Amino acid sequence: MYIDPHVHMVSRTTDDYERMALAGCVAITEPAFWAGYDRSSAAGFFDYFRTLTEYEPRRAAQYGIAHHTWLCINPKEAEDLGLAREVMSIIPEFLERPSVLGIGEIGLNKNSRNELRIFEEHLELAGRHDQMILIHTPHLEDKLKGTRLILDALDDAGVDPGRVLVDHVEEHTVELVLDRGYWAGMTLYPETKCTPQRAADIFEVYGQERIWINSAGDWGPSDPLAVPKCQQELRSRGHLEEMIRKVSFENPLKFLSQSGKFRTTSS
Amino acid sequence: MTNPDERCPVPADEVVGRYFLEHRAKLLDIAAFLDRVERAGAPDDDFRIEAMHRAIDQLGVKGHDRARRIQEIFSDPSLEPVDAAPMKGALGAHDPESADD
Repeated sequence: MYIDPHVHMVSRTTDDYERMALAGCVAITEPAFWAGYDRSSAAGFFDYFRTLTEYEPRRAAQYGIAHHTWLCINPKEAEDLGLAREVMSIIPEFLERPSVLGIGEIGLNKNSRNELRIFEEHLELAGRHDQMILIHTPHLEDKLKGTRLILDALDDAGVDPGRVLVDHVEEHTVELVLDRGYWAGMTLYPETKCTPQRAADIFEVYGQERIWINSAGDWGPSDPLAVPKCQQELRSRGHLEEMIRKVSFENPLKFLSQSGKFRTTSS
Repeated sequence: MTNPDERCPVPADEVVGRYFLEHRAKLLDIAAFLDRVERAGAPDDDFRIEAMHRAIDQLGVKGHDRARRIQEIFSDPSLEPVDAAPMKGALGAHDPESADD
């Protein structure tokens, strides 16, 4: 049994829901993200938010998976401040919906001034509406710098670290995140983030407190079964079932339950 | 914040045998990739290849943090936000000649 706390099912087929259910997935959370192209208006985001809060929960339920979401305008579309602010203005009307857990995945992409400004405005939005926060850290060569900028902005905003998950950590950023009291997510990608083996190494070196794994499955090279594959890697190394359950079920359950809306189909 | 008991639980006499062939193959992939780059006549001073060579040097340096050191070699070391995003994607290694350095 497991929870995949970060997966973009709008980009995946219904067959993937079936395979995830067969592998033991009982709940997922789906942050709002970049569609692979820039949307031309806030209306495009309004329709996307309806997809995330109406259509995907129904599709997931057909396979016994509880679906939840996080809403925002992602950093790749944050260079246009006018569009970003217009999109943020429509988010509050969705926040009361039963499957919306908070604001995400916000953060930085290329570490630009406009991205940082919109990130800070999202933090203000979350604060005004008492929302939890899911954060995207940048890719590859931009990750270390972006993680430092994000952590500084979080500290400046005075958010409760226990209600913030900083995602896509790797060997050079995991300690920065955990040492400041935030939750950390490891994304299991075949090329550009952690492999299941490296995630297992990170658990062994940095422990299993306030940290989880996710597939972040989307329209690029990714694997919606990455979480059970990491479970299998841990099992093959001789880790106890209790430890495997902690990082792939209990930890996400503990963090996400703070929203008051999170549920699994096993509960 | 590291785990006080950070040992890999795979027995010492098994860990090399379990993972060796997989990583031997990955090492040969890197070697063949560098051969391919050279045969194609790509410039010697491509920042990504230069970063890769610096990263490869770290493989022979003992310690439990090779992966972290290599991640840092590929990373942008600057601290200030850039004025505008130059593109959407990432290249995998920091370009020291980029405009914001």
